[in-house]
Amino acid sequence: MIKVESLSRHYRTGAEVVTALDEVDLEIGRGEFVAIMGASGSGKSTMMNIIGLLDRPTGGRYLFEGHDVGRLDDDTRTRLRGHVFGFVFQQYNLLPRMNAIEQVELPLVYRKVKNRRARAKAALTLVGLGDRMKHLPTEMSGGQQQRVAIARTLVGNPQVVLADEPTGALDTRTGEEVMAILESLVRERGITVILVTHEQTVADHADRIVRMRDGKVVEDTRRAVRAVS
Amino acid sequence: MSTMDALRVAFRAIAANGLRSLLTTLGMVIGVGSVIVLIAVGQGAQKGVQDQIRGLGKDLIFIQPAAPTGNANGGARGAAGAGQTLTSADAEALGTAGIAGLKGVAPQISAVAQVITPSGNQQVTIIGTTPTYPEVRGITVADGNFVTDEDVTQKASVIVLGSDIALTLFPNGDALGSAVRISVGPANVNFNVVGVIQRKGGDGTADAYVYIPVSTIQSRIGFNRNASGQVNVNQINIQAQPNANQTRLIADMTAFLLQRHNVSTADFTIKSQEDLLSTSTEVTRTLSILLGSIAGISLIVGGIGVMNIMLVSVTERTREIGIRRAVGARAKDIVTQFVTEALALCIGGGILGVLVGVGIAVGINGREIASQTMTTVIQPWSIVVAFGVAAGIGALSGSYPAYRASRLDPIQALRTE
Repeated sequence: MIKVESLSRHYRTGAEVVTALDEVDLEIGRGEFVAIMGASGSGKSTMMNIIGLLDRPTGGRYLFEGHDVGRLDDDTRTRLRGHVFGFVFQQYNLLPRMNAIEQVELPLVYRKVKNRRARAKAALTLVGLGDRMKHLPTEMSGGQQQRVAIARTLVGNPQVVLADEPTGALDTRTGEEVMAILESLVRERGITVILVTHEQTVADHADRIVRMRDGKVVEDTRRAVRAVS
Repeated sequence: MSTMDALRVAFRAIAANGLRSLLTTLGMVIGVGSVIVLIAVGQGAQKGVQDQIRGLGKDLIFIQPAAPTGNANGGARGAAGAGQTLTSADAEALGTAGIAGLKGVAPQISAVAQVITPSGNQQVTIIGTTPTYPEVRGITVADGNFVTDEDVTQKASVIVLGSDIALTLFPNGDALGSAVRISVGPANVNFNVVGVIQRKGGDGTADAYVYIPVSTIQSRIGFNRNASGQVNVNQINIQAQPNANQTRLIADMTAFLLQRHNVSTADFTIKSQEDLLSTSTEVTRTLSILLGSIAGISLIVGGIGVMNIMLVSVTERTREIGIRRAVGARAKDIVTQFVTEALALCIGGGILGVLVGVGIAVGINGREIASQTMTTVIQPWSIVVAFGVAAGIGALSGSYPAYRASRLDPIQALRTE
């Protein structure tokens, strides 16, 4: 589904050129649950931004379903991003002054979808916030805010959810709750989830762990068989 | 993003910064309001002057003595009309010369005097004239009769009162047949009221005049004779035929008077009502343009205020822009959002400005400000223009900040704290 070949990303900061990704090859199949791990500066967030079409590679190819999407124009990338990808950020990235249901409706606003409210309600209920629809971000705990953010990605029926340190700002217990929701997306809905984290316990939820260092993939391990509980 | 959604987002953002939005809008309110008010004041001034000139009568041409040029040793030049080169005889001659296009002639001498009755007194302008005056100047006698030919021949002490004067001096309406005393300088003459003029209204001052025979004012009040011993007049009113070629008529009268006075340089000036109108229109148009420009500047300043606030708003909401981009907003959607917000501010300010401007213009109309009666004429086009410019400024001052917002890199925007 997702395939990157010799993918590079260079940033120019003044006279210096920083290499965030250095000719990376990686393939991720539909329905996979992948954790990308690495220290800060290892290129894992850049990788995720490029996969999510928020950023463009400076070298190599990015194939999505066989199509080269790395060089698309801004509007096409935006449309594809809205229809295929959902984002979950460490800082939740909710809009201030909007209640939960409005936050969740937001992606549908830009897709000119009908019965937005009903779909947003369903998504919020799915993450267990059916009773918090009118609450503002400031009136909710971190875990609740992150669940609103997940509902916001789910409302658009994404094929891929990209989660960048989704538990980074949460305590262990609420972090586990959020991870349980993300895991259920893979197990129950067949959504591909790509997770960026530097915590091993969080990464352990995934079926596959990709380790990065200095812009390169240094290790790619799959769990052979998942323990049946 | 639909228009409704864009509007909802815009109003939410405006409401979120209530005071700031209000102050920004105030710039537009003042701009639009002052355009409407100042243009209304300019147009009011123009209308006032034009009404006054039109109130003089119809198809009028005025002949006045040229200003005295002093003597050979370089004396002071006098005021227009102060010369003594026109006489009643000139007026009579013009009337009987058979000049094409000339309908009526009425000479006049005016003076400022006190009218005294047992119940009080009043300062008035006395017009000494002939029976042709009412027709030439477009006034009608309401009660009694005007000065007659016989009155003129006999230098009779008869007086016709303007409606306002009659009302002031004889509030009971018993003016006709009463006696009034006229006092000009050392002269004191008793007059018998023989007529009252119909009220003309408007801005004309004809209602505040009193009329006596021209011969009476010449012999009993003003003793002004020119070098040849003839009694002068200070204006000859000419009424042209309604469709007369006035340029031709003026040329003919000039030639006639030059010959009659036996001079080569005119010792008189001839001006038509149209000349006066166009001169005044020019003056008041300049005034209107000046006032309008001042108001226009305040409108532009208001627009700069909106642009400034929109730039601040974009900077403040960088992260919001990043989030919206991440969930599927196209660059175009971001432009729409910020332009809509600027437009809403300016159109809101424009509507308020129209209300305030019209309110002030109506409110000061007819009121005395600095001992001057304000006249305002609200021009519908000024409302349309001011409102249109406000909306245009909104679109313009919103589009650059909106463009900047749309060019933000989503990742950079998301990283902004």
